[in-house]
Amino acid sequence: MDAYIVAMLVFAGVYALMALGLNVIWGLAGMVNLGLVGFFGLGAYATALLTKNFLWPMPMGWAAGAAVAALAGGLMALIVARLRGDYLAIVTLGFAEVIRLVASNEVWLTNGTDGISGIPGPWRGQVSPQEFNLIFLGLVWAAVGVAFILLARISHSPFGRVLRAVREDEDVAAVAGKPVLWFKIRAFALGAAVLGFAGALYAHYNAYIAPEGFAPLLTIYIVLALTAGGVGAMRGAIVGALLVVLLLEGTRFLAQVIPGVSPVQKAALREGIIALSLILLLRFRPQGLIPERTRTRAKEAS
Amino acid sequence: MTAPILEVRGLVRRFGGVTALNGLDLTVRRGTVTALIGPNGAGKSTAFQCISGVIRPDAGQVVFNGQDITGARPDRVTRAGLVRSFQIARGIPRLTVFENLLLYGPAQPGEGLASAILRGPAARRREEELRERARAIAARLNLARVLDNPASALSGGQKKLMEIGRALMAEPKLLLLDEPVAGVNPTLAAEIAQHIAHLRDEGMTVLVVEHHMDFVASLCDPVIVMAEGRLLAEGDFQSIASNHQVQEAYMGRRVHA
Repeated sequence: MDAYIVAMLVFAGVYALMALGLNVIWGLAGMVNLGLVGFFGLGAYATALLTKNFLWPMPMGWAAGAAVAALAGGLMALIVARLRGDYLAIVTLGFAEVIRLVASNEVWLTNGTDGISGIPGPWRGQVSPQEFNLIFLGLVWAAVGVAFILLARISHSPFGRVLRAVREDEDVAAVAGKPVLWFKIRAFALGAAVLGFAGALYAHYNAYIAPEGFAPLLTIYIVLALTAGGVGAMRGAIVGALLVVLLLEGTRFLAQVIPGVSPVQKAALREGIIALSLILLLRFRPQGLIPERTRTRAKEAS
Repeated sequence: MTAPILEVRGLVRRFGGVTALNGLDLTVRRGTVTALIGPNGAGKSTAFQCISGVIRPDAGQVVFNGQDITGARPDRVTRAGLVRSFQIARGIPRLTVFENLLLYGPAQPGEGLASAILRGPAARRREEELRERARAIAARLNLARVLDNPASALSGGQKKLMEIGRALMAEPKLLLLDEPVAGVNPTLAAEIAQHIAHLRDEGMTVLVVEHHMDFVASLCDPVIVMAEGRLLAEGDFQSIASNHQVQEAYMGRRVHA
């Protein structure tokens, strides 16, 4: 049971990182990204191949995972420069599916649908599995902490102010003298880097990655997490990720304690509880648990 | 007569089969408040969009301050010193008035990604300068009390003032105002006219599109009249008001049997 909770907290940390990455792209810059699992997958595959086949040290593999995803994110922003809303959603969704299909079919590189196993993990094998899980728990949440501090700083900087303006009205941001495309490229690359880094951590924790791990469902969970937590607020991204993991996992137990239902009904009940909770949350708190606030006040001393 | 700051030559813009601008020529001279008027559909808004870079003209030339800015991106036009306001006040609703003003501040190194994280002294010093400017502009435009309100909470007239304030933050040499008093009550309209007159007295050049004729008569000289995508007449308000061609453009032509 303890091991289960620790594993769930590790996943919650990975989800929180992903929600933070999405929050830069979608929350601040207003670009819908339904392909976030593609950047996550790129980061995972990059570090898996480099550390396993080329014996790169793990931290370099993680950096490479973030860098590859950032590059793809920057290119994506350039390609979709003129798209907004639904059109952008379709293109990014397609991008993630392309990544998954390439991973499934380019067997020489990715070992196809069999996936890559035996990805090294920090001190794996030298410590007990419980200790490994705890080490990774610390690592993931330290990464969440660092990402949170950096992104919150960015969010409340002049750079973040321009991103919010681009989100609300591109024409106004341009007339304000800001090169809109360059801001979008940087925001997309930054968010994708965080997503890629999350993917890299996931690969080393799981020791095994395969294309089916990067299906669109994960994207939906993260979009839900950010929506529930509060789009635009970095704290909201973390709270939302914790909430989604709590809902996904907690409902397993909740469904079990309700008497007189068959196992099949329990599974259906669980999905129902998750859906209902999110609908209620968005009905009564559409701005999310932690609404976006900006901090620039005219009256403060400095 | 002072030297021109903006010269538009032969500007053409078509939307499908509609020719919105059909060889527009106009000149704005330094230190004037020039009005651009004309009946609906004359092409005033399209002219604004083309001059400010929001849409590209099909042909023609826009020279601003000695620099050819034809087809330049709007952010470049703004940085060159030609700043426009929007007709329907397009504040960034979820930013405060203060943040809307700061957004237009030029040359902020804190808009770089690395400097956003590091918050170096240059970015902080610049932010402090911009805050001072924003407070001063807000005080001047009677917006000081609402600085920390979200832009969406402003009244219609306050939004118009914020549009002017934002444009001033960008340190313009030429201000393009798109209907600065449309839908504003007469008292506030007079106040806005006074703000614009003060800016002119301090050396600013302003080009105004406006339908409100009292406003144009009291504030603007010269007045440029557009019809059917080109220049129809130019002169002081009196001569324009008594011009037969202008009257025909607004009222329609008398049909001689």
